[in-house]
Amino acid sequence: MGRIETLTDRLETDRRLLTLSPRDNVAVAKEAIPAGETFLVSGREIIAAVRIGLGHKVALRPIRAGEKVLKYGVPIGSATADIAVGDHVHLHNIRSDYTPTHSLDAARADHIGERNGEGR
Amino acid sequence: MRFEGFQRADGRKGIRNVVAVAYLVECAHHVAREIVLPHREEAHLIGFPGCFPNEYAQNMMERLCTHPNVGAVLLVSLGCESFNRYRLEKTIADSGRPVSTLVIQREGGTRTTIEKGRAWIERTLAGLAGAQRVSMDVSDLVVGTVCGGSDGTSGISGNPATGRAFDRLVREGATCIFEETGELIGCEEIMAARAATPELADELRRSVHKAARYYAELGYGSFAAGNADGGLSTIEEKSMGAYAKSGSSQISGLIKPGDRPPKGGLYLMDVVPDGEVRFGFPNISDNAEIVEMMASGAHLTLFVTGRGSVVGSALAPVIKIAANPTMYERLSEDMDINAGAILTGDATLDEVGSAIFNQVLHVAAGQQTKSEALGHTEFILTYKSFEPIGPACLPV
Repeated sequence: MGRIETLTDRLETDRRLLTLSPRDNVAVAKEAIPAGETFLVSGREIIAAVRIGLGHKVALRPIRAGEKVLKYGVPIGSATADIAVGDHVHLHNIRSDYTPTHSLDAARADHIGERNGEGR
Repeated sequence: MRFEGFQRADGRKGIRNVVAVAYLVECAHHVAREIVLPHREEAHLIGFPGCFPNEYAQNMMERLCTHPNVGAVLLVSLGCESFNRYRLEKTIADSGRPVSTLVIQREGGTRTTIEKGRAWIERTLAGLAGAQRVSMDVSDLVVGTVCGGSDGTSGISGNPATGRAFDRLVREGATCIFEETGELIGCEEIMAARAATPELADELRRSVHKAARYYAELGYGSFAAGNADGGLSTIEEKSMGAYAKSGSSQISGLIKPGDRPPKGGLYLMDVVPDGEVRFGFPNISDNAEIVEMMASGAHLTLFVTGRGSVVGSALAPVIKIAANPTMYERLSEDMDINAGAILTGDATLDEVGSAIFNQVLHVAAGQQTKSEALGHTEFILTYKSFEPIGPACLPV
């Protein structure tokens, strides 16, 4: 927050991450980044805690809970938790300022659990 | 570039020459589908499943049956449904198109109706083969755009490239339509800034606010589970990506399904019903949107997909634009354009935009799209209700 982004910052972000507007606090993955891999975000070495899929977002700057998430230079929702540089930014830490988002994550987790004989 | 189209008696020009076979209630669906089967390329199945009367469905069916790509129409009625088949048949006949109605309860049931329907199509196709041809150019075209199966790549490759193609089409005099106000939530102010007049700007804002209220009441945004898998987290984020399809031209007007834009330019279609929430989700799937743009005259549709939709459409060709290279590789038999080349650095947005523009001309000139070659003719029409648009929506 409050820091002006410089050209150096952008050079020091992994080339697989695309920043769409200089105002943005998230970047988009043009290629998937596997879990456990080390990659550069805003000059920092980050170890990917989870796989960052194609089209998914990564925080370029720290984002505090309640703060707007900016992509394309405009707000795309609000953070629901504090987000650190390099964190995956998705349903678990941001939400719409308009209508809730629907996903099949819970159903899928159950289904995979059943297939693995874990039951519900 | 000029190309050969089909001249209709009502003065309109089409890029395809198909027979529409329309069932007027779900109970006539099977019979209508069987009638189409031996002539699947030349005869396309459309219809309305409901038994209760609805002005929107009536208008949509009238518009679709007189679409410029349609050369003749066979109506298939059960006999006791509420649909006003007399008014529909008269509208089609008045447009100069050959039309016939088969009433299953009168014809003697399933088998005889199918036989009579197939015989009618055979006779009609012989006549259609001699349809008058006419020279057309880009400015004669009405082009719609949708995105479906969107992901985090749609908004950075396929959609902005389609926006470039839209800019070029508008510059060259075509009529372009973008839609789904429920997927423009969060974009209302930047979109309003592109309106031709301040009054139109207010109408554009109002249409998105209406969509936001409508979807809030339903409890879901226009957002599918696959959108989230593809990296999209919120409706606003999906909206910004979808909005890019509209390009950067001035917005000439706001229309509702079935309204025909008066001249070339860029138009937003308001697809969210007016009044209280009555009939469920505004567009229950992508083809509902394609159908509404066809009712407003769209000769063809540009369809951007990230997750990988395979649909086409009855009556009007669909050009599918893949937003990312991995999906393109997996579904290349279904995709017409690989906008994923933008992500791999193999093409620029402008290059893909030009490729889309050129593809529009080729398809208008008769080249089959991937979905046409695969026999896709999806169609869906459900209940809605709209108030007519006000004068501020189409400023002169």
